[in-house]
Amino acid sequence: MGKKILIVDDEPNIVISLEFLMQQGGYDIEIARDGQEALNKLGSFHPDLVLLDVMLPYMDGFEICQAIRQKPDWNHIKVILLTAKGREVDITKGTALGADAYVTKPFATRELVDKVHEMLEAV
Amino acid sequence: MLDNWVILVTSFAYLLILFGIAYYGDRQAGLKKSIISNPYIYSLSLAVYCTAWTFYGSVGRAASSGVNFLPIYLGPTLMAILAWPVLRKIIRISKQNRITSIADFIASRYGKSPILGGMVTLIAVIGIIPYISLQLKAISTSFQIISGQPEMGIGPQMTQHEISQVTTFYIAMILAMFTILFGTRHLDATERHEGMVAAIAFESVIKLVAFLVVGIFVTFGLFNGFEDLFAQALSNENLRHLITLNEQTIGMSDWVWMTLLSFMAVLFLPRQFQVAVIENVNEKHLRKAVWLFPLYLFVINIFVLPIAFGGLLTYPGGVVDADTFVLALPMDHGQAGIALLVFVGGLSAATGMVIVETIALSTMICNDLVMPILLRLRFLDLEKRRDLTRLLLTIRRSSIIIVMLMGYIYFYFIGEFLPLVSIGLMSFAAVSQFAPAIIGGIFWREGSKRGAMYGMLAGFLVWAITLPIPSLASVDLLPQRIIEEGWFGYFWLKPYALFGLEGMGKIAHSMFWSLLFNTGLYVGLSLYSRRNSLEHTQASRFVDVFRYSDDKELSVTWRGTATPADLHSLLRRFMGKRRADHAFSQYAQQRQINIDKLPEADSDFVQFIEKLLAGAVGSSTARAMISTVVKEEHLSVEEVMNLLDETRQVIAYSRKLEQQSKELEAASAELKAANQRLQELDRLKDDFVSTVTHELRTPLTSVRAFSEILHDNADLDLSQRQHFLSIIIKESERLTRLINQLLDLQKIESETMDWHLSPLDIREIIQDAVNATSQLMKEKGVILTEVIPSQPVMVHGDRDRLIQVMLNLISNAIKFSDADNGKIDITLEVEDEQIRVDVRDNGIGIHKEDQELIFQKFRQVHHAESGRPGGSGLGLPITQRIIEYHQGEIWVKSKPNKGATFSFNLPLATSGDRELVEAFSE
Repeated sequence: MGKKILIVDDEPNIVISLEFLMQQGGYDIEIARDGQEALNKLGSFHPDLVLLDVMLPYMDGFEICQAIRQKPDWNHIKVILLTAKGREVDITKGTALGADAYVTKPFATRELVDKVHEMLEAV
Repeated sequence: MLDNWVILVTSFAYLLILFGIAYYGDRQAGLKKSIISNPYIYSLSLAVYCTAWTFYGSVGRAASSGVNFLPIYLGPTLMAILAWPVLRKIIRISKQNRITSIADFIASRYGKSPILGGMVTLIAVIGIIPYISLQLKAISTSFQIISGQPEMGIGPQMTQHEISQVTTFYIAMILAMFTILFGTRHLDATERHEGMVAAIAFESVIKLVAFLVVGIFVTFGLFNGFEDLFAQALSNENLRHLITLNEQTIGMSDWVWMTLLSFMAVLFLPRQFQVAVIENVNEKHLRKAVWLFPLYLFVINIFVLPIAFGGLLTYPGGVVDADTFVLALPMDHGQAGIALLVFVGGLSAATGMVIVETIALSTMICNDLVMPILLRLRFLDLEKRRDLTRLLLTIRRSSIIIVMLMGYIYFYFIGEFLPLVSIGLMSFAAVSQFAPAIIGGIFWREGSKRGAMYGMLAGFLVWAITLPIPSLASVDLLPQRIIEEGWFGYFWLKPYALFGLEGMGKIAHSMFWSLLFNTGLYVGLSLYSRRNSLEHTQASRFVDVFRYSDDKELSVTWRGTATPADLHSLLRRFMGKRRADHAFSQYAQQRQINIDKLPEADSDFVQFIEKLLAGAVGSSTARAMISTVVKEEHLSVEEVMNLLDETRQVIAYSRKLEQQSKELEAASAELKAANQRLQELDRLKDDFVSTVTHELRTPLTSVRAFSEILHDNADLDLSQRQHFLSIIIKESERLTRLINQLLDLQKIESETMDWHLSPLDIREIIQDAVNATSQLMKEKGVILTEVIPSQPVMVHGDRDRLIQVMLNLISNAIKFSDADNGKIDITLEVEDEQIRVDVRDNGIGIHKEDQELIFQKFRQVHHAESGRPGGSGLGLPITQRIIEYHQGEIWVKSKPNKGATFSFNLPLATSGDRELVEAFSE
């Protein structure tokens, strides 16, 4: 069974590109456009990895990340934070909250795909 | 009738109890466990004001003149109001200057003048001796009555005279011994007599209880309560006048004078000064005392009138002296126990007064009369004597005996013939001569020694010729014609009608003239006399006592040097070696210095010693003694004035410094706040940059991602390739738009924007914008309705910028209008010199709380359904700034799901504005 990836982002065009890239990599994809949707899909879709945008309406990526890490069932889920905010503090905050990787937008597509592969194979 | 031995045993037992209390009080004080340090004991000790005169005499006075006994107790009540400003200041001054008596107080205030101190002492002694004699008389009379020696009353019956004299003499001597034991165990008069105060407080309780008991006995035992008594008195022809306040009994002015007199007495009688000021433990006790003491007086006076009426009703026709009603009534009704209690009460009232008064007087006599004289007598060579402590104690003890003896002598020759009340009031009037010098002295810097001295002297003389001396004539010890024809036969020198002033009571008359002369000379001479340096300093020290703290001394009286050894030997001579050593080590500890290593004492040290000495021998003697060991440079008045000014300036300066440091604090607080604001701004700027970065990176992310996808996947099908490319183009456009808007915003905010202002028809602007967006509307299926006037509507403005505004509003409206049935209404109206444009959509609307936010940079409203709206979040902020630049306003009205209306107004251009517009565009 293929690995499952949840993409959480509110920029439609970025979602399209991520969806394309991950499908190409052979993963099952689900998409969420805000925090609540993301939490719902985490419960129903059981992804192995989450590509998580930080700047989301209502509930930002940090909070979602925290929610994932607080739930023992979701402990195995890998989290890659995607953000257009490239400040040092944001990176530190992300890793402190339990993200496995932090990718700054704009990202190199190949690097992102490789990173996803690597993280999912290591499991 | 009581046996003599019962009375004697009771009296001695009572005195023994008193002594026990005093002994215990002193011992506790020695252990630093003061038993008198509370406002209740303090208030009770103030009640030493109520003497045997109160105890026996009030009833006598009430019996003869009704409610006229009251002013004597109204005065002290007046004190309740004035005690805080006056008495508190006197207490503070006395504590700071280690004042030992009222004579010392006055002498110290007026340049530590020995003459003034001596004068006050003499006036006090002369004025008070009759008063002491009165107490002796009261004790002996009450003893005779209770032991049943005279059958009725104690009028001037020569048969009893001899017995009375012998009894009184023994009483005087016993009291003298007792006072010596109480009052002169220590030397330092400022070291308070705690034991004595405790005993006095106890006496105040006893006399109150005794008086209340006899009052209750008469009112409820002999009569049926107040109503019955007063009813009987009213129905009695001879008594009726006593109850009502009518013109015949006493004039209004007499009431006022009596009240004033007793007010001054309660402050300035030596014994009152002693308990209220010298023995005061804590200034704060005054707060409670000012109402507790008047309360005490009220309670002790409740039964005065009832007893007087009871006595008058029981003994009609004056067969019994009214002064003795309190004893006679229980005695004649077989209540020996109550009579004995009353006797003890009277004894307590008399002994309390005598003890405190003689202690106070003996201190004054010793410090302000005898010592200054002895020190001036060169042949005694006192200055060389190594130990003067014994001498001082001997003087004090002797003066106690002498005062008591003088009391007795006065009683022997004169006292028996005068009623109690007149003697007491005479003493009051004598001490009221201190009032101008004291009151003036603590509030009026200019008050001078000469003024105080001559004022007091004049007041005293007037007092003497209008009160005590003519009173001798009234008992035939002096020729009657003095009263009738005036002194030396001058009719305008009639003792009771001086300068033809008639119609006043004797006391009021004397008070009026003596205080008039006293105050007049005090003020007049003070205004015209030159004061020496010490007077200046002392005046400052007294008047400004609250300004100088305990430590900050006004050490300017003096400039000179002395050796510590000299000072030590001086102190030792007056206070003994032990206490001198103690004082030295105390000083060394306080200032953290080693006195043995000091080559010479500085002024601070000398002042310390002088104050200690003053506590023992009074300020003027202390001053004189200090000057014998100190090499002084005498300062001129000018120098002292300068120094005083300097001190004041230093104080002012330190206040200024305080003020400045407060200002600095305020400034630094302001800076802190400003810094916080800056940091806040910094943070906002940081946020702004971070947000801009985010906004730029987002389209860039798509551009890069799709470019790489296209680059890496040559085999993509055409439609997908087209789709991705169109995304890249759109995102690039978004990027460009964003950059342009940022630049616009930056230009507007930094005021570097080039505005091209000209008269415009706003209708054209709207039309241009509508045309530019018609394609977009068509794509989304939005229906546009316009309500535009047919006439040109002119404004002044920048054409491109205003088109930008309209484009912004219209494209926002398109974006947010209903997805299926999109409708947009554009309305242009002219009203009151301005135009208004409304752009209305029928979309999801904007929440109230968001309506302000959307005009802020990068603030977009997210909707659950539509997600993130496209756009940079800069459109509305830029629009708002453009409108504001054109002196218009922009606002939004909206309700969720009811669409939103964005409106702005602009000033209508008038033809007269043309020049303005031209000027504007330059």
